[in-house]
Amino acid sequence: MGTKRPFRIWRGDETGGDLQDYTVEVNEGEVVLDVIHRLQATDAPDLACRWNCKAGKCGSCSMEINGKPRLSCMTRMSTFEETETVTVTPLRTFPVIRDLVTDVSFNYEKARETPAFAPPADLAPGEYRMQQVDVERSQEFRKCIECFLCQNVCHVIRDHEENKPAFSGPRFFIRASELDMHPLDAKPDRKEYAQAEMGLGFCNITKCCTEVCPEHIKITDNGIIPMKERVVDRRYDPLVWLGSKIFRRGQVPQTSVTSGHSSGAATASAAHGGVHSHAGGSHDTAAERQAQQGVNWHREVPHPTAPAVDANGKLPLTELTFDKPAAPSPFGDDVTFPLPPEHLNFAHPQQDEPKH
Amino acid sequence: MTLKSPPTPAAQPGRGRARAAIAAKTLRTDRWWFAPLITVVGLTAWVIYATVRVFMHKWYWVDQYHYLTPFYSPCVTDRCVEGSSHFGSFLPGWWIIPDAALTLPFLLLFRLTCYYYRKAYYRSFWLSPPACAVPDGHKAYSGETRFPLLGQNLHRYFFYAAFIISLINTWDAIYAFHSPKGFGFGLGNLILLGNVVMLWAYTISCHSCRHIIGGRLKHFSKHPLRYRAWTFISMLNVRHMQLAWITLGTLALTDFYVMAVAAGWFNDLRFIN
Repeated sequence: MGTKRPFRIWRGDETGGDLQDYTVEVNEGEVVLDVIHRLQATDAPDLACRWNCKAGKCGSCSMEINGKPRLSCMTRMSTFEETETVTVTPLRTFPVIRDLVTDVSFNYEKARETPAFAPPADLAPGEYRMQQVDVERSQEFRKCIECFLCQNVCHVIRDHEENKPAFSGPRFFIRASELDMHPLDAKPDRKEYAQAEMGLGFCNITKCCTEVCPEHIKITDNGIIPMKERVVDRRYDPLVWLGSKIFRRGQVPQTSVTSGHSSGAATASAAHGGVHSHAGGSHDTAAERQAQQGVNWHREVPHPTAPAVDANGKLPLTELTFDKPAAPSPFGDDVTFPLPPEHLNFAHPQQDEPKH
Repeated sequence: MTLKSPPTPAAQPGRGRARAAIAAKTLRTDRWWFAPLITVVGLTAWVIYATVRVFMHKWYWVDQYHYLTPFYSPCVTDRCVEGSSHFGSFLPGWWIIPDAALTLPFLLLFRLTCYYYRKAYYRSFWLSPPACAVPDGHKAYSGETRFPLLGQNLHRYFFYAAFIISLINTWDAIYAFHSPKGFGFGLGNLILLGNVVMLWAYTISCHSCRHIIGGRLKHFSKHPLRYRAWTFISMLNVRHMQLAWITLGTLALTDFYVMAVAAGWFNDLRFIN
């Protein structure tokens, strides 16, 4: 038998809103998301809420419950007193769309800015070999469900909107760490990039990202601090620099990763006019409009070469007779990544137009 | 064929630009202010105690048992009492100069730039932020991108200094197994030893140490010994905060015990000689 419990839920959109009181039935074993669904079924059918898996794995139902950034599907009602009013608000750091739904496109924009995995030049897909011990550290960060609670709680952007262009946030710092620690990643300047373009220096390691992570990733201790130390190796440590000169190891070509971002929030937004340099971002309305013009998903592209087969028309699958250490690439052995843009089967309408 | 679909509300230019208008600065209902408050109280109390003791210039050496407090190790000014100066006394004995003037600044900087203490004082003293999802107390924020906070990146150098100082403290603890009859062992030795063990645990659990030992490697499989050392330090590293507070406690306790025995407030409990 359920009990009636008091709730305060923020209702509104970008033009304004306020906390509204509701009394909702709560049954044993329920979570906050259950209550929101019951509210939608009863008193507030127009209450907007983003959710999907209800198992803490999709990262959709991020909201703030009693002021704390939480996944509503993982917040049990039994953790509150029976008489306690539970206050539910949308994430504060991102623009609100309606009620509990926010526009988290800031994060996708930052994801696009983060350089992807760079495969080694001498290995084809299917030939990657890694030792478990080498990938373990990176695997912790792969648990990320992109709920963006860490991005939301980080005071660098939560309390200082002006830092958004210059600061990628904890989720992308662990992405940078993951790739920098990756045994096969060949991109040599991730440290410089993290410092100059992602705004790693803005982080003052107050660990709120770690506190709110529903996957319990040690974002600060295992991701951000090791990345900060790696940046120190490259940029602030004269001894390491001298050692690498003398022993000629660990050397990378000095890249031209420089940015006005690292010089601070005020100058960054002034120098860039608060607009970032990529397309499709929520800061740049012109680019965003362009991105909405649609893409061609059905372009004819060259087909990859099928894997070589033996006289019986079958793959030579035994290790003894096969000339490669692994099965052929499912993408075709002549395909290398990243694919050149003309080999993608979708294209922006203006992509193929000649440049003037 | 070009597929055109109406943009979603989230993607419509000009829409969804404002954050939710929530009047309350924080809606947290728990005692979020307690952790910063206790940090301020704890750190302030310790700093006051340490400052008073450093400039007291007395009761730091028990000649009978060779107990030397860590706040005066190594004693290098010409006001050091006889026997307490193990590495020479070459600095002038002005009261403003701490008797351990060679080590204390580095220890202070080691803790000041420590990744745990940074969290502690940014939150509690600087209110940036005081707690998670509680607003920052400042209008502008540039983090550690500018001088002087850019200097936090020198932490590893203060770690090297702290490592050497831990060796000196270890020597002090060994040298203290002494009595007028030769070898001696008392409660003071246990306290000095306990302090040194905790100091070592705190020092090597440092995030910079973890990085230097193995964290900076890309292929652990090529460096099995460094990987094992890194694994061990990683286990200690998760307790860095606890060790930071424990060592503040053991330092104050060791100093107080040596002060009390040196001042004659009570006698050392002797087990052997």
